[in-house]
Formats: sequence, C-alpha cells, structure tokens
Amino acid sequence: MTEAAAPVMYGPKSAARWVGRVSGAVLPILTVVAAIIAVWYGAAVGMNRAWTLDQMERRGLEMSAIQIMADAMNQDRPVLPTPHQVFGELWNTTMGEPLMRERRGELQGNPRNLIFHAYHTLAPTLMGFAIGAALGVLLAVGIVHNRAMDMSVMPWAIASQTIPILAIAPIIVVVVSNLPVLNAAVDNGVISEEMKLLIPKALISSYLSFFPVVVGMVAGLRSPRAMDLDLMRTWSASRGQTFWKLRLPASVPFLFTSLKVSIAAALVGTIVAELPTGARFGLGARLLTGSYYGQTIQIWSALFMAAICAAALVVILGAVEKAVLRRMGARP
Amino acid sequence: MSALRLPQWALPALGAVLVAMAALSDWRLAAILAAWFGAWGVNALMAGTGRSGAVPFVVPFIFGATLLGLWEMVVRLYEISPIILPAPSAIWAEMRASTGILWADFQQTILKGALSGYAIGCGAAFLMALAVDRSGFLQRGLLPVGNFIAALPIVGTAPIFVMWFGFGWQSKAAVVVAMVFFPMLVNCVQGLKASDAMQRDLMRTYSASYTQTLLKLRLPTALPFIFNGLKICTTLALIGAIVAEFFGSPTVGMGFRIKIEMGRLAMDMVWAEIAVAALAGSGFYGLVVLIERRLTFWHPSQRRG
Repeated sequence: MTEAAAPVMYGPKSAARWVGRVSGAVLPILTVVAAIIAVWYGAAVGMNRAWTLDQMERRGLEMSAIQIMADAMNQDRPVLPTPHQVFGELWNTTMGEPLMRERRGELQGNPRNLIFHAYHTLAPTLMGFAIGAALGVLLAVGIVHNRAMDMSVMPWAIASQTIPILAIAPIIVVVVSNLPVLNAAVDNGVISEEMKLLIPKALISSYLSFFPVVVGMVAGLRSPRAMDLDLMRTWSASRGQTFWKLRLPASVPFLFTSLKVSIAAALVGTIVAELPTGARFGLGARLLTGSYYGQTIQIWSALFMAAICAAALVVILGAVEKAVLRRMGARP
Repeated sequence: MSALRLPQWALPALGAVLVAMAALSDWRLAAILAAWFGAWGVNALMAGTGRSGAVPFVVPFIFGATLLGLWEMVVRLYEISPIILPAPSAIWAEMRASTGILWADFQQTILKGALSGYAIGCGAAFLMALAVDRSGFLQRGLLPVGNFIAALPIVGTAPIFVMWFGFGWQSKAAVVVAMVFFPMLVNCVQGLKASDAMQRDLMRTYSASYTQTLLKLRLPTALPFIFNGLKICTTLALIGAIVAEFFGSPTVGMGFRIKIEMGRLAMDMVWAEIAVAALAGSGFYGLVVLIERRLTFWHPSQRRG
C-alpha cells in the first residue's frame, strides 16, 4: 500500500513502461529507417560503380573490391549520392557558411547558405498557408450554412485540384505581377517590392493548401450529432450561437488534421512555383540549378532541406494542436 | 433553417443596391455584378427545391458556366491583353484548331507517363502493404515513416529521375511512382487494419484460411481506404508527370508545350493545355469515384439520403 501511494519516478514500473514504449514505437521506426539507409547505400554503390570501374580501366589501375566500394561512395558527382555525402553537404551549407555577407557595401543574405534559400521558400509558404487556410475555413462555413453554395462550390473545389498546379504557375506569376492594384500598392508604399515578388508564389501555394482545409472543415462543422444540434434548438440558440458554441469547437480536431496536410501542400506549392518562374533564390531554384549543372549532391541536400522544413512545420502544428486541445479540455 | 431571421427579399435587395452603386461609377462593373447576382439567384432558387432529380448536376453546372461567363465578360469589357489572360472563347478556338498537337501531348504525358506510373506505383504500394501487413512490427515502423515521407515534397525528385531515366516518358513514370507510392501504402496499410477484432475472430471460428480472411473480410473493409488513396494519387500522378517534363523531355508532352508556348507568349495554347489537363484530371478522378461507388456501395459515406 505504501509503495503504491507514492508515484515511482524511476522504479521498475516506469522502466518497464519505457522499455515497452521503445520496443512498441521507436524500435520499429528505427528498423525501417535503418533498412532505408542500407538500401540507399547499396543502391549508391550499385549505381556509382560503373563510373569507378570506367576510371579504373582508363588509368590502368588495380583496385580491390573494398577500394571500389569506397570510391563509389565518395564521388564528386555521383549518380546517387550516399547519405553521408548528403548530410555532409547539408552541414557545410548551413553551418559552414556565414548567414550574411557584405556585398556592395550592404549586408545581404548569403546565397551559398542553404538556410537563406530555405527562408526564401518558407516565407511565401507561410503566407500562402495563411491565405489558403483562411479561404478554406470561410468556404467551409459558407458551404455548411448555405445550400446553394454547398451544391455549387464543392464540385468545383474538387475540380480545381485536378488542374496541375505547375501548369498555371507561370501564368499566375505573369498575371499577378501585372495587376494594376498591386503596382499601385507598390508605388504608394503600401507593400514593398520584395513583398510583391512574394505574392505570386504565396498565391500558388495557397491554391494547393486551401483544399484540404475545405474538406476537413466541412466534415468538422458537420460532425456534431443530430442530438447535439437538437439540444441547441431546444435552447432556441441562434445559428450564430450554434456555430460558435457547438460547430466550431467540434471542428477543431478536424481543422488541425487538415492544417497539417495543408501546410505540407503549401510547401510543395512554393517549391513547384519556383521551378518554371526562374526564381533565383529558394529551394526550388536550388533544385533547378543543381539539375542544370549536374550537381547531384546539391539537389539531394536541397531536397532534404525541404523535407526538414516540411517536418518542422508539421511538428510545430502538432504542438499547437496539442496545446489548443488541452485548453479545450480534451484528454491528453 | 431560417434562424438568420432575414426577410426573403433582403439578399436580392442587397445585390440590387450593390449593382446600382457600381453603375454610378463604372457600368462594366455593374454588368459583371448583375450577371453574378442573377446566376447566383437562379442557383439559390434551384438549390431551395431540394436534392432530387437533376438539381445536383444543374446547380454546379450553372455555377461553372457563370464563372466562365464572368471571365469572358471581364476580358472583353476591360479589353485585357490576350498575353495576360485570353478569353474562354479564344481558348476554345485554339483547342479546336490544334487538336492534333493536344492529342499527341495528351498521349505522351497522361497515357504514357502518368497512367503507367500510377498503375505501377499504386500496384507496388498495394503489394507492399500486403507484405507488411503480416508483421505487426513492420507496420508500426512503416506507418509513421510512410506518413512522414508522404508529406515531403517528392516532386523535387523530378530532376534526379530525369537524370537517371532519360528524357522519355519512363522518367516521368518514375517520378509518378515515387509520388504515389507512400500515400497509397499508408492508406492500404490502414485499410487492412480496419476490420474489427470481433469480425476477424468470427473468421477464425469459421476456420478460414489467411487468403479467405483476406479476400472475404479484410480487403472489402479496406476498400474505402484504398479508394481514398487512389483518389489522392490521381491528382499527384498528373502533377508529377507534368512537372517532370520541365526538367527535360522529348519535343512532345503537356509540360514541354506549356514551357515552350509560355516562352512564345502564346497564352491561348498554354490555357488550352491547362484545359486538357483539367478535363483529363477531372475525368480520371471521376472514373475512380465511379468505380468506388460500384464497389463500396455498402459504406455509410456512399449512402444517399
């Protein structure tokens, strides 16, 4: 009895729970990740070996199998870079380069630093995500409350997503940067020139990110059961009250699930928007220059930077979700 | 449902006031607003008659036609340069005029690149899900990793695959495979877990074999999830195939054409390609939805009330 009364922090019970958690969740994930890395190394050796063998023959060198393997893993322009090359490049281009540099007497961002490119991709991503999420929530509220809107907007929202976004990216850039409203805003100093360059990218990423929010929010706002809605009616609650006190709180878990999908889509949208528009900075631009000059390690490191950004954004949203749900009294 | 307690004439009156106010400053804006409110009023009336008969098809049709009409009006009334935004009528004329090129591009990008990649990627993911499904350990490891990878910008692998597999449709198919594999895998694995423990126990009391349980219980309960994955992947496949063409392609294909015609500022051709892509995408999606309705008619989400 006395033993059970005090919470045991490091006792056998919590140790057992910890072991259980490791073997239950962490160990399988580590196994899968290890398997992926092993396959990756194998594929890298397999794909890069031809070049090594070719060089060996040309120079008339004799190499042991181990030397060939080591060379295949450490080429300058491999067909498939190995994990340690990619992460080495990631480290060098983030920590090994100064973030800012002096140019024409001004302190500017350093384009050799990958964090600089990540910033140029993340800014429009966040802006597009904000626009897309707001638009998605507004559309969902309209769809739930207005039958004409429900019937007319929903099929076209689905159809809008079947348009390949990349196809319209260059057009959006041309149209948006020629909008008289926008030019007037720049002239009057309402927005800066830099902001104007950001807007087309943000619009493209909002185009991809509004849809998951619409779908999730419509499902969420409709998730209260008929019984709950009836109860609101017996209290003679107005539509507004039903919305604020029942529908909206009930939709929050749906909202966060779709926001996570939506922010990942927003990042894809920005990167894709950078490809055909000749952007000079950004992870998409980095991919494009890498592919022009055959710098495979640069392509892969840009790709991993994008992955890290996506993961970080999703994790941050997950933390916000947890905090909000806890404030709303959900069980942790 | 009229808890908003606005009189019937409030919204039309508001529309009329807006149109009148716009007419004072700019008659073109007034005409556009009038067309919008008129069409919206028709739609609201139609939607008010219920969900029976042709209404679910007519209402979205009117809405789409209205958008096209407004687009045409904006372009004509404000005399927007065709380099910035061509009118729908001009795009339609271009589509009629260059059917041959559009058809060749459609074959190259959609039929060869996107569809073959879609079939290979979804098929491989399904088989992988069946294999993983037999081990709980692998499932617990693969689901989080797969969910993580599914959220990554895999489109970025396009330049790599073009480098590996050349400029032909094979590299586009490879990009599509990489894009659809993980979303499909995650959905399939989740679907295979969807049957109740009780139902599986029942199958065991019937002494059903693994194959029988799979075919008669677990695959049918997995179908809604599998179709969810298939639907998500239709859009991904089209995006992947077109994006990959920007990194190198033979002189045919939708992405190639868009890139080239953009450079020549032939915007009506660019929009014609987009229209084809949108039609193909909607058709592809619609086809999957139709198959889903036939196969999962028993699922609550498919019931028509």
